[in-house]
Amino acid sequence: MAVHTSQSVAKAADDDVVRGRSRGTGNPPPPSRLRRALSTHWYAWTMVAPVVVVIGVIIGYPLVRGVYLSLTDANERNVARSIGVNHMPATYKFVGLDNYADALTGNQFLGTLGWTLVWTVSCVSITFVLGMALANILNRRIAGRSVYRMALILPWAIPGFVSVFAWRFLYNGDRGLLNKILSGAGIDGVPWLNDPTWAKFAVIAVNVWLGVPFMMVALLGGLQSIPSEQYEAAEMDGATAWQRFRHITLPGLRPVSTTVILLSTIWTFNMFPVIFLLTRGGPGEATQILVTQAYKFSFEISPRDFAQSSTWGVLILVLLMLFAAVYRRVLRTQGDNW
Amino acid sequence: MRRGITATALVAALALAATACGGDDKSDGTSKSSGELSGTVTWWDTSTAGSEDKVFKKIAEDFEKKHPKVDVKYVNVPFGEAQNKFKNAAQSGSGAPDVIRSEVAWTPEFADLGYLAPLDGTPALQKADDFLKQAAASTKYNGKTYAVPQVIDSMGIFYNKKIFKEAGVEVPTTVDELKTVSKKIKDKTGKTGMYLRGDDAYWFLSFLYGEGGDLVDASTKSVTVDNAAGVKAMKVVKDLVDSGAAKTDATDGWENMQSSFKDGKVAMMINGPWAVADTYAGKEFKDKANLGVAPVPAGSVAQGAPQGGHNLAVYAGSKNLDASYAFVDYMTSAETQAQVTKELNLLPTRTSAYTKEEVVDNEIVGFFKPVVETAVERPWIPETGSLFAPLVTEYTKVLTGQTTPEKGAKATGDSYRKLLKGWK
Repeated sequence: MAVHTSQSVAKAADDDVVRGRSRGTGNPPPPSRLRRALSTHWYAWTMVAPVVVVIGVIIGYPLVRGVYLSLTDANERNVARSIGVNHMPATYKFVGLDNYADALTGNQFLGTLGWTLVWTVSCVSITFVLGMALANILNRRIAGRSVYRMALILPWAIPGFVSVFAWRFLYNGDRGLLNKILSGAGIDGVPWLNDPTWAKFAVIAVNVWLGVPFMMVALLGGLQSIPSEQYEAAEMDGATAWQRFRHITLPGLRPVSTTVILLSTIWTFNMFPVIFLLTRGGPGEATQILVTQAYKFSFEISPRDFAQSSTWGVLILVLLMLFAAVYRRVLRTQGDNW
Repeated sequence: MRRGITATALVAALALAATACGGDDKSDGTSKSSGELSGTVTWWDTSTAGSEDKVFKKIAEDFEKKHPKVDVKYVNVPFGEAQNKFKNAAQSGSGAPDVIRSEVAWTPEFADLGYLAPLDGTPALQKADDFLKQAAASTKYNGKTYAVPQVIDSMGIFYNKKIFKEAGVEVPTTVDELKTVSKKIKDKTGKTGMYLRGDDAYWFLSFLYGEGGDLVDASTKSVTVDNAAGVKAMKVVKDLVDSGAAKTDATDGWENMQSSFKDGKVAMMINGPWAVADTYAGKEFKDKANLGVAPVPAGSVAQGAPQGGHNLAVYAGSKNLDASYAFVDYMTSAETQAQVTKELNLLPTRTSAYTKEEVVDNEIVGFFKPVVETAVERPWIPETGSLFAPLVTEYTKVLTGQTTPEKGAKATGDSYRKLLKGWK
């Protein structure tokens, strides 16, 4: 319906223009390509314009500004501000790539990057393995399957910050449920969020808990699209369960799993709420990942270091783009048409 | 029909743009310079939620009785978030309060950033020489007054008298005694001796002063946190935690400290007058006499607690300056301060308030007043509010064994030197 209408509009508009011109000049030059495109698709352009403007304003401008700030020494004290009767002009200056040099040669960025990689790899791999296992279990006909499915999707249905706060209560060293259970069993309480190693474990556990439903649902969808004839044929040929999994399920899930791994990696790499709400990057800076540290530069320390924060932001963007590019290339060489 | 769609799209786009740019203009900020005050005054209070906030809300709203046309909007912002929240709002110019309860160390910083309205000669600052000297010191920056002192405080040891009696111990006066007392309490009652907050470096200051150290020395423009005394202080707190004399928490410090002390699970904590109202709400302190307060234990060199407190400051971009000035004056008047003391045991900042009956009779004030007089003052430079962020990271790292006291002190000193350009 809609397609039909818009075509007729375009045609009508086109006719109009041509007719108008021939009446005016007699021998018209052929209309330029842009003009033609405009006159043919003006309606489409008008419809797209608000989106383009909104995206330009909410993504394009901050991005450009962020890159610009990362090349300056802007902080809270030297940016322009105008408060009531006080007007202070901007006094920050361009410093070139100094911020990048500092970040890449100092050990804070590299140290944080190291933990961010550990965090991302362990979260994604554990979530993927668990999601795969659960999806396979739920793909069989077992009693109460829909109940299990609902229960496993639950973490996804609760707003992230609510579940993270719930976990924070569970982890509380003195009054948390986990330590109460442990002490009931006669075991010493565990300093969940107060010991650097335990805190790392704790944040990964929460993120896995939050991430499994997505993996499970996506992989379950993938499983159900694998034709059952293949399994039947394999069974006829005497393939073991492991062989069926290895040679039918895994290749069958490939398109789905490559996508979810890419998405999940990007999300986990930038998983701000879990870290921030659970430990605020602490104890000390043990669980600080790149995004939470960038946030800290920009909002928690004073004077707020906008330049360093945007430098880290740009570096995060570059890292993720590199990852996506490499990942795509690897997949392509393995024959996926992506 | 087609025109209709285009028009709708256009209207939708315009509406979107309008909402995006609209911000929140406060159109109700109307007050005449002469005659009756009117409009809204939004006050961000940072007092302890659940106990102090109720009292302050009531007192603040009583301002409306004096000025019926003024609408006071009381907002309690958690203390830990207020500094950042105010900066966000003040810089962007939207959503900032008219009046902020600014901690003493924040005040010069806010003033330096241009967020505060100078108060000299305004109705906000009445009888300026009535204020205690220490309280007034933090309100001045570059020769101007940017805030009015609301309360003043320091720290002491809060102890549970019942547990002390049970264990047969006396209040420790030095860190060494603190260790033996803690051990005795543990042996006799099974309870932990002390709770030491591990997620806020303010609780570290009295140990630092006790070893003769300080964060910085403004008179010689030098960073002192990483000198021998600073390292020693880090060792002292680490030893308290490692030896089991004190327990700590790196994430939920305040809540866990208050609840374990209120439930009688620990015998001591270091705290200030702001915690009194909340502590009295605990089951161990239904009988208020069970709460004892004593000076913080001395270190190997000296004895000292930090002088703190809160000021009321007016946001420079406030649309209702006149009513805000009047509100600040009302909140810091001797009468209001006496009422606050009566209900919350907080220390007034006006000399004249100390002659009032409610204040004279108050035991907590009676204890803390001499403590405040000898408390260690921090330099009121804009960077004072920035000194805690680097310190707390290293302090927590030391307590949780991620770094050594030496390295922790050094890392703190390094970031101070980055912050204070040109200091030694």
